[in-house]
Amino acid sequence: MTTAALQEDTPGKRAPLVLGHRDFNAVTETVAGIVEKKTTPSWLVLLGLAVSVLLILLGSLGKLAAEGLGIWGLNNTVFWAWDITGFVFWIGIGHAGTLISAILFLFRQKWRTSINRAAEAMTIFAVMSAAIYPVFHVGRVWFAYWLFPIPNQMSMWPNFKSPLLWDVFAISTYATVSILFWYVGLVPDLATLRDRATTKVRSIVLGIFSLGWRGSHRNWLNYEKTYLILAGLSTPLVLSVHTIVSFDFAVSIMPGWHTTIFPPYFVAGAIFSGFAMVVSLMVLARKAYGLEGLITIKHLENMNKIILLTGTMVGYAYAIEYFIAWYGGNEYERFAFINRAFGPYKWAYWTMWSCNVFSPQLFWFKRIRTSIPAMFVISIFVNIGMWFERFVIIVTSLHRDYIPSSWTYFRPSLFDISTFLGSFGLFFTLFLLFLRFLPAVAISEVKGVMPQADPHAGHGDDHGHDAHDDHHEEASAKSDESEDESEDEGDEGDEASEGDAEKDEEESRG
Amino acid sequence: MDKAHRHEELEEEAAKPFGLMGYFLTPGELMHACEKLKNAGYKDFDAQTPFPVHGLEKAMGLPPSKMPWIVLTCGTVGLLSAIALTAFVSFDYPLVISGKPSFSYQAYVPIMFELTVLFSAFGAFFGLWGVNRLPMFYHPSMKHPSFPRATDDAFFVTVEAKDPKYDASKTRKLLEDLGAREIVEVTE
Repeated sequence: MTTAALQEDTPGKRAPLVLGHRDFNAVTETVAGIVEKKTTPSWLVLLGLAVSVLLILLGSLGKLAAEGLGIWGLNNTVFWAWDITGFVFWIGIGHAGTLISAILFLFRQKWRTSINRAAEAMTIFAVMSAAIYPVFHVGRVWFAYWLFPIPNQMSMWPNFKSPLLWDVFAISTYATVSILFWYVGLVPDLATLRDRATTKVRSIVLGIFSLGWRGSHRNWLNYEKTYLILAGLSTPLVLSVHTIVSFDFAVSIMPGWHTTIFPPYFVAGAIFSGFAMVVSLMVLARKAYGLEGLITIKHLENMNKIILLTGTMVGYAYAIEYFIAWYGGNEYERFAFINRAFGPYKWAYWTMWSCNVFSPQLFWFKRIRTSIPAMFVISIFVNIGMWFERFVIIVTSLHRDYIPSSWTYFRPSLFDISTFLGSFGLFFTLFLLFLRFLPAVAISEVKGVMPQADPHAGHGDDHGHDAHDDHHEEASAKSDESEDESEDEGDEGDEASEGDAEKDEEESRG
Repeated sequence: MDKAHRHEELEEEAAKPFGLMGYFLTPGELMHACEKLKNAGYKDFDAQTPFPVHGLEKAMGLPPSKMPWIVLTCGTVGLLSAIALTAFVSFDYPLVISGKPSFSYQAYVPIMFELTVLFSAFGAFFGLWGVNRLPMFYHPSMKHPSFPRATDDAFFVTVEAKDPKYDASKTRKLLEDLGAREIVEVTE
C-alpha cells in the first residue's frame, strides 16, 4: 500500500471527491458536455437494443391483455411466481437510489453527490418496471384503477385491512415522492443547461422545465430546507415501502412467509440489490462518458462496502430463518425450510446463497473492491442472487402446500420469461434516454462539495475534507479573517493531495 | 389616454433601473461583499450563485426558511385525511375480517403513514415554488451580459434600486471597492 493510499484511509484526511484539478467551470463542462454533444452511434445502437427488448415486453403484455393470465405458468398451487418475483426484484433495486439520495444525505455522506442523480433516475425507472406486474396481474388491465379507493356505483371499497392495498398506497406514494425529489434536484442543473443553450428550441424547453431558476440565495435557502425535508420524508418512506412489500407475505399464514424477520430482511436485501445495480450501471456509464474524475474509485469502493455489509445482513437473515424454523417447533414451518434447501428447488436455493452471501465476501479484500472488473462481475452476481432470493421465498413456499396431492413443480411459460426480460428493455430504454438528455451528475451538488466551495477556503489544511460544516457556525465570527483569502484558494497542498489520489486510483486499477 | 402617451409611459417604465449587478469568482469574496452590504444598511440585495454557499444567509441577514411550517401543515392534513378515509370506508361498507371491529385502526397505520408522507411531499414541492415565486420566466437580473455564468462559476450580487439606501453612483463605488467585476445597472 502506498503512502497516498494510507493517507486516504486516515480519518480526518479524506480522499478528494473530485479528481483532476477541476474548477467549477470544468465540472459544468464535463457534465453538460455529455448532454450537449452530438448523439454517438454507440448510444444509438444501445438504444436500438433496449427498444427491441422493450417491444418484447409490449408484445407479451398485449398477449396477456388479449388472452388473460392463463398464458403465464401459474397454477392452482403456485398462484404467484415470476410476476411477484419481478415486482419485488425491481422495487428492491429502486431502493438504493433513495438510500443514496436521502439516507446518505441525512448522514452527511458527501460522496453521494456524484452518484445520486443517476441512482434516483434508476429508482424511478425501476419502480415503473415493477408497477407493470401488479397492474397487469389484475387480469383485466383496463380495470386497474379499481385498486384505488374511488367512489363507484356499487358503493364498494377496497379492503383496507389487506397488505395488498397498503402496497398500492406505499408504491404510488413512493413513485410520486421519488419523482418530486428528483425533479427538485434537477431544476438548478436544468437552469445551467438553459444558460448554455445555443439553439432557440433548447433554451425554450429548458427554460420551461427549469422554471426560471436564477440561483438567488433567497431561493437557495428555501431549496436547501426543502431538500432536507424531502430527504427526511423519503428515509422512513423507503423503509416503509419494502416493509409493506414484505407484509404481502408476512401477514399471510403460509409456512415460509409468516415470519416477523421479513421487514428488516427485505429492506436490507433491497438496499443490497439496489447498490449492486448502481455499481453495474455506474461502472459502465463513467467509462462511456469519461466521468472517472467525478465518479471515482473511492465512490465505487464505498458502494462495495455497503454491498458487503448488506450482503452479510441478508446472510444472517437466511441463517436465522432456519434457526427459528427449528426452534419454533412448528412442523409445517420446519418442512418448508428443509424443502427449500434440499427439495426440488435446491438449485435455486444454493444459487441464492452463492450469489448473495458468498460472492460479496470477496469485498473484504481491498484489491477486489477497488478492481473494476471484479466489482462488475460481483454486482451482476448479486443481481442474479437477489432475483433468486425472491423466487425461492415465493415459489418454494407455495409449491408443496398442506395437501401432498396438490404438490407441483412450477415451470415458467415463455410469456413469464419474455415479460421479465422485456422489463429490462423498459428500464434500459428510460435509463439511456436519461443519460442522453439530462445531466447524469448533480452539477450544483458536486460544486458544493469541492474544496473551493467553502467560503473560508485557504486556511491551512482545510482543503479536501469535511471541515466545511464546522465553519458554517462560525461564519460571522470569521468574517474578518476571510477578507483576503480569495486569491490563495486552490493552493499547493490541495493540488498535491488531488494528484496523489489520482495516482492511487491508477495503481489500484492496474 | 392617447396611444403615443401610453407608448411613452411604457418606454419610461421599461427603462426603470432594477438594480446594480456585479460578480465575484469565489464564494469567499461574495460572502465578504454580502456582509459589507448588510453592514452598510442595505436590505434589498440578493446573491446569485451556481450552488448554495453555506453561511451566506447569515452574511446577508436573511430570516430562516418558512418551509418546515408549510410541510408540517400539509402533513397534518394528510394524516387527518387518511383517518377520515379509513373511518368512512369502514363504516360505509363494513368488511368483517376475522371478527375484528370495523374501524381497526391498527391495520390502517400504513395508510395513515403513506398519506402523511404524500401530502407532506406535495406541500414541500409546491410550497417551494410558491415561496420562491417560481416559475418566473423573466427576471431583470437575467439581463446582465454575464448572467449565464451565475449557474456556472460566477457569484453574483444584485443591489436592487428599491432599497432606500440605493444610490446609483455610491452603490457602484461600494461594489467596486469590494472587488466586484463587470458592474452593470440592469433595467426592469
